[in-house]
Amino acid sequence: MKLVFEKSVAGRRGLTIAKSDVPTSINLDASLLRQTDAELPELSELDVVRHFTELSEKNFGVDTNFYPLGSCTMKYNPKVCERIAAYPGFAHLHPLLPQLRGGGMLTQGALEVIYDMDMVLREICGMSAFTMQPMAGAHGELTGIMMMAAYHQDRGNHKTTVLVPDSAHGTNPASASIAGYGIKAVPSDENGLMCIDALKEMLNDEVAGIMLTCPNTLGLFNPHVREICDLVHSVDGLAYYDGANLNAIVGRVRPGDLGFDIVHLNLHKTFATPHGGGGPGSGPVGVVDKLVDYLPVSTVVKRSDGTFALDYDKPKTIGYIAPFYGNFGVFLRAYVYILMAGKEGLERISENAVLNANYIKEKLKPYYDIEHGQLCKHECVFSATRQVENGVHALDVAKGLIDAGYHPPTMYFPLIVKEALMIEPTECESKETLDGFINAMIEIAKKAETEPETLKAAPISAPVGRLDETKAARELNIASLA
Amino acid sequence: MLIDADARYLESHEWVKKADGNTFTVGLSAYAIEQLGDIVYMELPEAGAEFAKGDAFGVIESVKSAADMYMPIGGKIVDVNTAVPDGPDMLKADAYNAGWLIKIEATDASQFETLMDEAAYRTFIETEA
Amino acid sequence: MPFISNTDAQRAEMLAEIGLKNEDLFGDVPAELLCGDLNLPAGMGEQEVRNRLAEIAGKNYIHLTSFLGGGFYDHFIPSAVYATISRSEFYTAYTPYQPETSQGTLQAIYEFQSMICRLTDMEASNASMYDGGTALYEAMTMALRATRRNKVIIDDSVNPIYRVMLHSYSRNLKIDMVETKNHEGLANRDAILKELDNETGAVILQNPNFFGCIDDVTDIAEAAHAKGALLIVSCYPLALGILKTPGEMGADIVTGEGQSLGLPMSFGGPYLGFMATRKKYVRNLPGRIVGETTDVNGDRGYVLTLQTREQHIRRDKATSNICSNEALCALAATVYMSLLGKQGLKETAQLCADKASYAYQRLTAIPGVEPHFHAKWVFNEMVLDLPRDAADVIGKLIEKGYAAGFPLSRYYEGMDNSILVAVTEKRTKQQIGMLAEELEAIL
Repeated sequence: MKLVFEKSVAGRRGLTIAKSDVPTSINLDASLLRQTDAELPELSELDVVRHFTELSEKNFGVDTNFYPLGSCTMKYNPKVCERIAAYPGFAHLHPLLPQLRGGGMLTQGALEVIYDMDMVLREICGMSAFTMQPMAGAHGELTGIMMMAAYHQDRGNHKTTVLVPDSAHGTNPASASIAGYGIKAVPSDENGLMCIDALKEMLNDEVAGIMLTCPNTLGLFNPHVREICDLVHSVDGLAYYDGANLNAIVGRVRPGDLGFDIVHLNLHKTFATPHGGGGPGSGPVGVVDKLVDYLPVSTVVKRSDGTFALDYDKPKTIGYIAPFYGNFGVFLRAYVYILMAGKEGLERISENAVLNANYIKEKLKPYYDIEHGQLCKHECVFSATRQVENGVHALDVAKGLIDAGYHPPTMYFPLIVKEALMIEPTECESKETLDGFINAMIEIAKKAETEPETLKAAPISAPVGRLDETKAARELNIASLA
Repeated sequence: MLIDADARYLESHEWVKKADGNTFTVGLSAYAIEQLGDIVYMELPEAGAEFAKGDAFGVIESVKSAADMYMPIGGKIVDVNTAVPDGPDMLKADAYNAGWLIKIEATDASQFETLMDEAAYRTFIETEA
Repeated sequence: MPFISNTDAQRAEMLAEIGLKNEDLFGDVPAELLCGDLNLPAGMGEQEVRNRLAEIAGKNYIHLTSFLGGGFYDHFIPSAVYATISRSEFYTAYTPYQPETSQGTLQAIYEFQSMICRLTDMEASNASMYDGGTALYEAMTMALRATRRNKVIIDDSVNPIYRVMLHSYSRNLKIDMVETKNHEGLANRDAILKELDNETGAVILQNPNFFGCIDDVTDIAEAAHAKGALLIVSCYPLALGILKTPGEMGADIVTGEGQSLGLPMSFGGPYLGFMATRKKYVRNLPGRIVGETTDVNGDRGYVLTLQTREQHIRRDKATSNICSNEALCALAATVYMSLLGKQGLKETAQLCADKASYAYQRLTAIPGVEPHFHAKWVFNEMVLDLPRDAADVIGKLIEKGYAAGFPLSRYYEGMDNSILVAVTEKRTKQQIGMLAEELEAIL
């Protein structure tokens, strides 16, 4: 398919610009002007709409295909959330307005959403307060670790190290490192859970905290999680909950009750905001009492007369981590979703997510190796090691699924599992869909034995065949320059 | 040839061979290169740089992995094979000769003797696999 | 809960098939860790929730005539932007880890990267950052990484919202951040040159700057390069329809807020950070990057590339921790730039400048209203001095239906009477005239 630039026709226009109604036309000093026009394409509106519609048809999305991408919680995105986010009262609101004298009263609805979302998330997570500002999960991690650092500085602690399990998402060590900490990886035990003895050995006064997903990236709930938090607290470390896997336990288990001090959520996972092809996300961070003073500014408070206001009076704050109040348009969608779920609905979400994952796990066990085959939570991690004997790798299984009409699972993660295939079906999917997927996986397992070459050649039904990533990296072409 | 009998090895798969006098040649084992797959990028130090044993002296990357390369012996970099980053496929062809990466003037040549020899490295990669 | 497909009967069937009871599903969680009933209301249906949220949205007053800017603008958005990005194949997909199922997203990102490069005159762009502020922070750490230095010089004509963010993020890092005070509304050459030394990794400027003033910082780029430092320029992408580009001035890293390219104001987000650089620094870029390649049949296709820079591979040694970015917002900007095209972007930028120029004439004709900085070119935003406290005057104008601008006292000492007024192509001659009349009446 042609690039948008290759469709350009000199002189064609996609938008009639409004006529100027002012008498002046200013001639800026030529030294301040660009020498040549920005070479944007020249297209009609129809050209543009067709181009991007055609591009959209080259994508799998949750609305078109089952998308069991492990660790990403690709659940259905309710349409009503899109509609509400587009209400002019939300979409057309300038973020500086409440910072003007008298402006706060003109933005009461938006401030109420922020305030109420904070309250609702406190209840769901068992935390004392949330900031809605972080603009994605990893941004929430950084915010949380910055608060961790502020806490230790305030107490005069000299902490240098953050612990992460060896099964952690890459963002955990990256976030802690960017916040200025060194990283140590805690090994997993034979059950796929964090090795408590190893943790005990690694704990000392230099440990600032630990970052955990719970259930972990193998989809396993660690029954010793409270003990882990207690151990970390014993050296005045803080326990950080990476909310990537909250969908497994939402409505039933609260990170705060497990002993965690800091929590970030990925609203585009648990609370159904669209993933957008890679964002925008929203990564609110919640903290326990002893960390509330360090939250970023501003926060929204409810005054005695029932009105809402921005509060900047936080002397110990870590400061400003976003230009305003976070990705308002994103957490507004999540707020709507939570209102629709209610307390009963949240329990149903985790229950069905866990049932669907275990259903897939049990049905596929005869066909694929699984190192940790016990009860899982919202996702299960298979290993294509049996298929490798016939030269078929996790990658080939994934590409074979594309030809069967399914988005592949997450591959080669977590790093501690060889040939990993990480499957997260979410609560939304029906038994019929799961059965179809299971059958496709079984077919692929059979093909791996009988005709592995068809899998090595897959996909053949996608808009492109397998792409040469080595060439992409060696002969770097990352922009069409004019 | 997967393992060169003349070389000594690190667990991180660098090889080192005696050149002359106090000078040693360092590269990456053919086994490691096979594991990495197609190399897309390498970063090597400049001649004159000094490193201790165990310091990272460079980076090697395939499409989906990146690894630091470590000094088997401490010392000063006296020569760098700049042809390799420009054509990393030569590593596959000849990891132990044309595919050498750096030459080191060792501060302590006896460090060489402490490294894994051919047999030890062979056992190591067999257990690792 | 309508978003769960399975019926109770199907659940029972599934449980039976795998030999579990419903209560077994959480059998691995010790009973004392379960939370019991949450104190939340019962769920709502779509009709109830739409009514409820319509009521809340109604408490936001959006009918002010707005001259608010400060880096975030009320620009016109063509209908086709929303119509195309709301194709659910785009918005219900995720990061294009599997290129064969994601060519739509991948090619669109490649086109976005290309447009950002063409707009800024740079050679390499990433797939987007969270916003203009975090993009500037990432640019700062990128420059320090590339130069292996730890000092940055930033002029206070850079957006103060971004400067406070940079300070917050740098608190635990060993970064020596020096702030220079603007000279007559432009980057302070004397102060910057005085601070510029062999420890300096980056000079950070903005153009047009926070005051709306336009500058040519080629001289500062040359001075920075002479000391081995990089120049980072934060810019207003729509203005680049007409203004001299950061690339032409010699900038090494260009960042900015892309909200002006087809995104609604949405009370502060989601917005769109962008970031571009010279090819030689591409390995230091944070975030996703899409590259062109070929498939097994030799046909053109797109993939995520240079992934070894990123957290999922390099973990604690990655160039950044960013994972999700603002892909859908970048898509909106790509569609917006495609619709406006070469001529449309230029005309829109000129229209903003023309209307701002008209507003300048009208407002400074009011007795007691003076330009704060003299004889400087502005793009679509200007600093005016009022005869009394600006925050107070703005408050009074809100009552009359005008968001007249932003008071600068919050960020700049001694500017209690100064107001930052922004004019976009959406403001009419009549609205500008009425603002002038109301302002004159209040003063």
